[in-house]
Amino acid sequence: MSPAEEAVLARSDRNGWLLVLPALVVLGLAAILPLLVMLVYSVLTPGEFGNVEWQFSWDGWFSILFQRDIFDGTLSLADAHLTIFWRSLWLSVVTTVLAFVVGFPTAWFIATRPVQERPVWLFLVTLPFWTNLLIRTFAILEVIRSEGLINTALMRTGVIEEPIQMLYTDGAVLVGMAYVYLPLMVLPLYAAIDRFDMRMLEAAYDLYASRWQALRRVVLPIVKPGIVAGSILVFVPSLGAYVTPRVLGGGKNMMIGNFIELQFGQGRNWPLGAALSMMLLIIVTIALLFYVRAANRAPGDRHG
Amino acid sequence: MADRFAVNRLPGFTTIAALAFLALYIPIVTLVFFSFNAGKTVMDWGGFSLQWYVVAWNNVAVQEAAWRSVVIAFWATLIATTVATMAALGTTRRRAFRGQTAVYVAINQPLMVPEIVTAVALLIVFAWVKVQTGYQGLGYLILAHAAFCIPFAYLPIRARLEGMDLSLETAAADLYASPWMTFRRVTLPLLAPGIVAGAMLAFITSLDDVVITEFVKSAGQDTLPTYMLGQLRRGVTPEVNAISTVLLGLTVAILTAFFLLTRERR
Repeated sequence: MSPAEEAVLARSDRNGWLLVLPALVVLGLAAILPLLVMLVYSVLTPGEFGNVEWQFSWDGWFSILFQRDIFDGTLSLADAHLTIFWRSLWLSVVTTVLAFVVGFPTAWFIATRPVQERPVWLFLVTLPFWTNLLIRTFAILEVIRSEGLINTALMRTGVIEEPIQMLYTDGAVLVGMAYVYLPLMVLPLYAAIDRFDMRMLEAAYDLYASRWQALRRVVLPIVKPGIVAGSILVFVPSLGAYVTPRVLGGGKNMMIGNFIELQFGQGRNWPLGAALSMMLLIIVTIALLFYVRAANRAPGDRHG
Repeated sequence: MADRFAVNRLPGFTTIAALAFLALYIPIVTLVFFSFNAGKTVMDWGGFSLQWYVVAWNNVAVQEAAWRSVVIAFWATLIATTVATMAALGTTRRRAFRGQTAVYVAINQPLMVPEIVTAVALLIVFAWVKVQTGYQGLGYLILAHAAFCIPFAYLPIRARLEGMDLSLETAAADLYASPWMTFRRVTLPLLAPGIVAGAMLAFITSLDDVVITEFVKSAGQDTLPTYMLGQLRRGVTPEVNAISTVLLGLTVAILTAFFLLTRERR
């Protein structure tokens, strides 16, 4: 490369940075910097009426898992916290599994439509995803509450006498999250299945594979990156869910997101809230690193 | 004409897919349907009526929240689309520069970090700024919305830029157009559909936000979604159904326009 060309490219680099700068300023002020401030707040002392005292303390991080007895100062695991973490974790895992069980056949169905039909089906999946999360949660609420669609229908047909209590249970949160995050599972699965060469399936059948064997031994291994991607895309927002558990779970069936909110409200323990948020952020980051790995691995690598 | 023995047919898959599509739409259709209910309670069908729309329309709290939502979404979209367009021009069609990955991570950060985490982080920072400056206005909400709208504006603009032919701009430059002139007369008109598409996504993203708004807003700064969340204590009222239906209609209209806009010229 000639020095002149090199100079032109260097100037172009500088222009690139200048063009990116305004976006970085906005993101820095309202998305990145606040996370660093929160990290600082997680090692301060809670103030009496919320907020913090500027005094260093590990208590925020410490009390994520442990509590100190007020009388004799002995340490024990904070059971209430562990219950919430455990519920968040298993609800997110089951949500992901449920979304996969429903999402895989849906994605398969779309990917096997004639090419000109597919955008319409994809649009039908995308549309709910872009509509307001709160509205979709309200919609589920309409269906499952005591005076809702299911109970009304069952009572009018005489199947049940009393409405079944579905709202404010873990099951309600589960169904709600699977419902709102289903599109996030279907889209990457569709992308993976779309690239799958259906002749492989033919070859499997020629070699006397049953449908189940062909699915398990041929299809699933090849579309695996799509499965990993979809699962993480569902798992991550489920773990940080706030609106759905608040609306469908009520006050009792809290998840981490609601527990964090509590620390900034009645709990008046901002450092604990900040530490919990950082913990959530770390878990999500690890999950996303797996996602990037899965997304970068081209399907079919292992099968040449 | 998929025949029954088509190789890609798997037993039960079509049934599950059909049920999935029904499950996706039945709740939404139910909500819309009962917003036109004349009855007092949500499920007692008392005939078709627009009364709940009238109730919502005449509710001062709803009027104010709706106006606030639109004002915030407008400014957030304007800021996000402007900086995202510049960022897209800065990151495409040139050699990869040092730190480009870091830039991508920063731009997509709002898509990755859980909303609740950003929300409480902003709560902490803005609580401090509010004490220091005494400013209580909508600026905080606009800034917060602008930030999380950036990736939604950036992605369609970038996609458009990557699909654009460089030769037209080279031709303009060959004809002695200044770089600014080339940008104004060639690049910008070609890029316009991408910018409009990005602005649309940014607008509905801002309009729909609940979590960050709920934590950042000062007293009396409800937007439509936070107003609806606040109403939940009284159960779902038909009025909330009516507001939801209007918001849904708006989103569907914008999205349909978005898809038509990004699909042409393929």
